[in-house]
Amino acid sequence: MDFSILLQDLPTLLVVILGVPVILAAYIVGGEYLVRRLPDKRRPQVRPWIWVGPALFLVAAFLMLPAIGTILQSFENNAGNWVGFNNYASQFADFPNGGAWVAIRNNVIFWLIFYTMFALAFGLVLAVLFDRVRYESFVKSLIFMPMAISSVALGLIWDFMYQYQPPGAVQTGTLNAIVTFFHHDPVVWLQDQWPSDSFNLLNNLALIGAATWGITGFAMVILSAALKGIPGELLEAARVDGAGEITVFRRVIFPLMMPTIVVVGTTLVIFALKAFDVVYVMTGGNYNTDVLAFRMYEQLYTAGNNGHASAVAVILLIAVIPVLIFNLRQFRAVESRR
Amino acid sequence: MRALTRVRALVPALSAILVAVACGTGASSNAGTVHIVAVWSGQEQASFMAVLKPFEDQTGIKVDYESTRDEDAILRTRVSAGNPPDLAAAPSPQLLTQFAQQGKVKPLNNAVNMSDLQSSTSQGWIKLGEPLADGKLYQIFSWAAVKGLIWYDPKNFSAKNYSVPKTWQDLLTLQQTIKSSGTPPWCIAVGSGGAADGWPASDWLKEIVLSQAGPDVYDKWVAGKQTWSSPEIKASFQTFGTILGPNDSNVYGGKNTILATQFGDVGTPMFANPPKCYMLNQASFITTFFTSAVPSLQAGTDFTFFPLPDINTSFTGAHVVAGDSWSMFKDTPQAEKLINYLTTAQAQDIWVKRGGKLAVNKNVSLNDYPDPLSKLSAQILVNTQIAKYDATDNMPTDMRNAAWKALLQYIGNQGSLDSILANLDKVQQTAYKSA
Repeated sequence: MDFSILLQDLPTLLVVILGVPVILAAYIVGGEYLVRRLPDKRRPQVRPWIWVGPALFLVAAFLMLPAIGTILQSFENNAGNWVGFNNYASQFADFPNGGAWVAIRNNVIFWLIFYTMFALAFGLVLAVLFDRVRYESFVKSLIFMPMAISSVALGLIWDFMYQYQPPGAVQTGTLNAIVTFFHHDPVVWLQDQWPSDSFNLLNNLALIGAATWGITGFAMVILSAALKGIPGELLEAARVDGAGEITVFRRVIFPLMMPTIVVVGTTLVIFALKAFDVVYVMTGGNYNTDVLAFRMYEQLYTAGNNGHASAVAVILLIAVIPVLIFNLRQFRAVESRR
Repeated sequence: MRALTRVRALVPALSAILVAVACGTGASSNAGTVHIVAVWSGQEQASFMAVLKPFEDQTGIKVDYESTRDEDAILRTRVSAGNPPDLAAAPSPQLLTQFAQQGKVKPLNNAVNMSDLQSSTSQGWIKLGEPLADGKLYQIFSWAAVKGLIWYDPKNFSAKNYSVPKTWQDLLTLQQTIKSSGTPPWCIAVGSGGAADGWPASDWLKEIVLSQAGPDVYDKWVAGKQTWSSPEIKASFQTFGTILGPNDSNVYGGKNTILATQFGDVGTPMFANPPKCYMLNQASFITTFFTSAVPSLQAGTDFTFFPLPDINTSFTGAHVVAGDSWSMFKDTPQAEKLINYLTTAQAQDIWVKRGGKLAVNKNVSLNDYPDPLSKLSAQILVNTQIAKYDATDNMPTDMRNAAWKALLQYIGNQGSLDSILANLDKVQQTAYKSA
């Protein structure tokens, strides 16, 4: 490695290494100094703001401003002229197959329901089952492994899993090798729009399946932690009272894990709405597998249509807001119970 | 206020570190570097590196090469961020036009030696480099490819006594003969890593439109002045349909295989024993994919081609061509040197000899082509009477993507042609406006 470029710009380097800590220290010390000047009563009102200040500044500069910019841009055309709701109108045009409708349907029906359900269900089942075995940590590491794979690699791996060769030829895809072993014709997983073009469950499920493989470890680990947090006395008490294992799970474990399940569930819902990488790598949104985030990318980078892309982004934002509100309420409910 | 300046000073400092870490040997040579973005990877990248080697050796300039298959997106991002590469393989013609209009790409008239270029390159290629038609050159071509070549295995043909079709009617007869012998005549594959799925089918369509409806319709079609539902374009889709056959039955594996196979793998079934198909349509670059899939294949004996026969004889010798071209985003002396080098016969000859590319520079000797096939296609390139650049690549990106998707739909269900075309007309109405 050649770091000579660093030496060429020594002053900048000094600013980075020395300046940043100095500024932070000066901010803290100076802030405290000013607060001490204030009358006793005012201090508690002012002090928190000094400490929250930098975080607020960063959130405003890097989150709020761009968000407002995006919302404004969604009402403009590429030349920067105000076009009212035109960008939105073209996203909502021609129900059910035009505009963004296919992407909206895939996100809020297929991805939201199946991705969330699959990941939660598998995560819960795996967490509960492996809680009782000796090789727990080994198996859990295996299932967690896909989390460490970049989502592009994940898409490529599943591309191979779903590979298709015509009937009669040697099947190079794992799934089709299994399918043909049972004397069924190979399935063209990523292109087959079964049961119908307007409700193409199969190829959407193929994508969701790949994404689920990548996220199940995440759900499993968090749910497993919650499971381990349940006090043993409670379970014992239930068993002493004559409850069977299934009843213990249904009446004791499950209710106690509920807050965690809800948190993991809402997080997964947000992931489902943000789905992008698997679609980008595996189908490019073709064959009615488009999702909102990919549509936004396509509008912005391949079509160069900033207004349309911003409109899609705002639609996505609006879709996420109810989940966020629910998440906050849930959080407060849990807090107030403590 | 001071704090803010410090924060501002942070940004270049941080990026300096990032750049240093990312580039590593960045500024080691005194002659400077050229940062360059293009689409080649794997074997093609190795060939391109071989082209660059003499340049680096002679000038001491280091070429920092970045490879991407998503070039338009990369360039759009980097250009709007004010951080473009010095040189890039030109993006889609539509995007290049946009960049040229916004002044984001540098005119080359002063950067390259124009008199050399004019004497070594045919006027057609130079004209293609002037997207705004204002005499300003925004891209220069180094290699080119002829589209509309029908590839076949001559051993398969002679085993069955098939002869190479000279006319369109011959081709239709041959396809019927092959089909009745129990093997589908064609291999077609339209996969291209998701986002670009469908373009190989658009090659078929473009060649048919050019050869069946002629260059005038073709130009109007590209410019958005010919509706997709017009009789000429509709008839072209239907001609493609006669190639596909009812329910895609003329093609190995039918629609599922067409849609699920990557374009580079299209030829593999043709080289199986017994062959699973007899012909495929692809530009001359496909030979690289043939030999990397089946390394024992020999050009000429195991695969060769004939040009797609003229459909309408009033447009004889019409070919769709494509090219590798270069645009300059920063006019550094190093970048100017490199772009000049890429126009020379010396540079182009290196890849020509390695196979897979046809030089645009007339001074590259026909004898340098490694096999009789590339010599043959180089001759077609020279003798093409009506040359047209890729139609869909010249349409606005929205239109191009919609056309690719439409072809996927058409292959999936030929019966829905009317609604597919109506939808394309709708896209056409808005796509050309926003561009």
